[in-house]
Amino acid sequence: MSEPVIHTDKLTKRFGDFVAVDALSLTISSGEIFGFLGANGAGKTTAIRMLTGLLAPTSGKATVAGFDLYTGAEGVKRNIGYMSQRFSLYDDLTVRENIRFFAGIYGLTDQAIKEKSRQLLETLKLVAVADTRLASLPLGWKQKLAFSVAILHEPKIVFLDEPTGGVDPVTRRRFWDMIYEASGRGLTIFVTTHYMDEAEYCNRLCIMVDGKVAVLDRPEAMKRHFGVESMNEVFIQLARPHRTE
Amino acid sequence: MKEAVLIAGVGKRFGEVQVLQEVTLSVGEGELFGFIGADGAGKTTLFRILATLLLPDEGRSEVLGLDVVRSYRDIRKRIGYMPGKFSLYPDLSVEENLRFFASVFGTTVEKNYELIRDIYSQLEPFKTRRAGKLSGGMKQKLALSCALVHRPEVLFLDEPTTGVDAVSRKEFWQMLGRLREQGMTILVSTPYMDEAVLCDRIAFMQEGRMLALDTPTGITTLFRKPLFAIRARETWRLLCALRASSHAASVYAFGSALHYTDNRPAVRADELLVALQADGFTEVSVSVIQPGIEDTFIALMEEKQGSDHV
Ligand SMILES: Nc1ncnc2c1ncn2[C@@H]1O[C@H](COP(=O)(O)OP(=O)(O)OP(=O)(O)O)[C@@H](O)[C@H]1O
Ligand SMILES: [Mg+2]
Repeated sequence: MSEPVIHTDKLTKRFGDFVAVDALSLTISSGEIFGFLGANGAGKTTAIRMLTGLLAPTSGKATVAGFDLYTGAEGVKRNIGYMSQRFSLYDDLTVRENIRFFAGIYGLTDQAIKEKSRQLLETLKLVAVADTRLASLPLGWKQKLAFSVAILHEPKIVFLDEPTGGVDPVTRRRFWDMIYEASGRGLTIFVTTHYMDEAEYCNRLCIMVDGKVAVLDRPEAMKRHFGVESMNEVFIQLARPHRTE
Repeated sequence: MKEAVLIAGVGKRFGEVQVLQEVTLSVGEGELFGFIGADGAGKTTLFRILATLLLPDEGRSEVLGLDVVRSYRDIRKRIGYMPGKFSLYPDLSVEENLRFFASVFGTTVEKNYELIRDIYSQLEPFKTRRAGKLSGGMKQKLALSCALVHRPEVLFLDEPTTGVDAVSRKEFWQMLGRLREQGMTILVSTPYMDEAVLCDRIAFMQEGRMLALDTPTGITTLFRKPLFAIRARETWRLLCALRASSHAASVYAFGSALHYTDNRPAVRADELLVALQADGFTEVSVSVIQPGIEDTFIALMEEKQGSDHV
């Protein structure tokens, strides 16, 4: 078995009286594609913000990429990548400027940035449009660039928060090709999605309900357990037990 | 049937980019009409023109028999518009946002509560929370409630369910169904093909043009090749192997199966099965299936834009 790259123990976040993430305990192995599902407001983004060091937990413990979330913040930051809803690039900047900007954020040296930019432009076949503003590029290209930029500093884990939200059927499939390729190279993927066909592409899934883990298993095992054909049906049975009607 | 929306030869250009070109269609009163197409296809621009927020360069458009350029004031009172980007007041609470939109249209939340109950009731436990602190999907639900609260005659929804979870999407579309039964005309764009199926008719847009307009079943007849669903134990390896095969015309993942077309016109499912088993795949199944809208969408897109494939 491979090493755990994420380990959380009763990780909790409260906002006033409201418990957004309630004693989350997870172990995720290196190279895994881990799908993090749940209804709106279940606490997915809040959990990701804690695991990426953007938000201080209220209580509980976690190690990410071998570093303690509280005492090893710098180590965590160096070893994770993050891409949020509908990419995080700047439409007004050119391709090259975007790469330079994000590489800078991740703390790469000038020399490394130059080298990485050149490599990336070549592998993505974006040399010809390097000085074009992002706004005028097709969605698929932007998406590829956003993902590549998020993992430019060669992190161990990448957190993808609804990377395909609002994305058309062709482009979001291309995105999953990238996820699979990266995972094949050993990168650990932590991904949220509301597309239930994408849930099927994950190695393991966790479904959150009201800040708590409701089930955690491989998609095939979940479907078998609930006696259904698709993850969509699993989700519909599980995601919102406390109907408001 | 009377027309609720009429679009005749509409064009719009931003700088060098022609974002809409010669778009012509009409939507009947009480119709649930869907728009699908990739990013940049022109759906949002068209919605903004119909919602009287943007002037067209060419052509004519009418909403409820009123011209969008001349009668924009009258139109605005009678339509609801939910833009794709979050457009509420982040510093106001959930409830304040809703009351604000009701009062702008001279009505109250109480008067039209029935209309928004299905969606809004999920937010009520959080009604004192500031809108900026809601999760992504919760914001969408609030935006929709705000677009509906004055009981519009025509509703324009630009990707209303992006970020909305699968259970809520289902309820959301049940609600749209009920609104239609009450006679509301609804124009909606969506990246979800399982939603497009629920529309009376769909327009497929690409690069500013309307390439197809039909019922959901009608649209799928544009898919002309035999289509196979293939499953095996290692789906990802299967996908790579099929893609590498010289016989493959298209291979796409669809949940736990792959949808496949072959460039040999008469190839049979059992032949494909045997070939895959010979390649070492286990638990293989191959069956002929009817193409759905998602298959058709992909095929139409690939046809058009093979060139900008990276
Ligand atoms: N700063 C905050 N103050 C108060 N409540 C908050 C804050 N941030 C998040 N919340 C609440 O915590 C809950 C979980 O939010 P979160 O964004 O983690 O949900 P999510 O699972 O990502 O949902 P979605 O699928 O809609 O993106 C929600 O009820 C949200 O309103
Ligand atoms: Mg979220």
